[in-house]
Amino acid sequence: MPMVDIAGKEYEVDEEGYLVDLSQWNEDVAKYMAVEEKVDLTESHWEVVNFLREYYAEYQIAPAVRVLTKAIGKKLGPDKGNNKYLYELFPYGPAKQACKIAGLPKPTGCI
Amino acid sequence: MSDMDMEDDGAGVVKKFMFLNRKAPHGTVYALEGLEVVLITAAFDQDVSMVFTDDGVYQLLKGIDSKGIEVKDFSKTYRALEGYDIEKLYVDQASMDARGLTEDDLIVDVTVLYVSEMANLMDEQDVVISF
Repeated sequence: MPMVDIAGKEYEVDEEGYLVDLSQWNEDVAKYMAVEEKVDLTESHWEVVNFLREYYAEYQIAPAVRVLTKAIGKKLGPDKGNNKYLYELFPYGPAKQACKIAGLPKPTGCI
Repeated sequence: MSDMDMEDDGAGVVKKFMFLNRKAPHGTVYALEGLEVVLITAAFDQDVSMVFTDDGVYQLLKGIDSKGIEVKDFSKTYRALEGYDIEKLYVDQASMDARGLTEDDLIVDVTVLYVSEMANLMDEQDVVISF
């Protein structure tokens, strides 16, 4: 599998650029992935990324976008738990892009 | 569901799907693959139920530690099912008894059914898929 160099360290990624070993994740990796995805990371982005990492730690999967939206609504309020808000942050799919930045695998049932 | 034009009576049909899990969580890929199929099915707004019987009841066991066999422990993922609106989880009474298990040993809330009740439930389904 391909290797990428991030801040002087080597990381293994899959064909689509997702981090293979999620225990290697750190902020440098997140920033690198964000540049790859053409996402300018703000506080709001970090909120979603950190939420996803917590979700993964609890359930061992990356959630489908519908499930992510609902779960964010529950935790951060309806202003943030909706498609419009999340797609503004991650235009190419909140589950797909935010998971990549968070170092998670591509969501199961990502259609 | 979808904004695509669907063939006349194909649109919006909700079928009753039962996923039958009969195998221990590790050693074969059935349990993990079955779980992934269920998570994907959830995207299609169908009426989904999951049944755990025979060694399949071990899939729901609390406190699984799979480090020694170097595979991912996906048992926590059963807890995510609720978020996917999959809330009908059933276990077979006889399978639980034979393994000395009770509901307290399981990682999620389930309904325990006797064989006859399970047979009725199975009879109501449109589709039964076994893993």
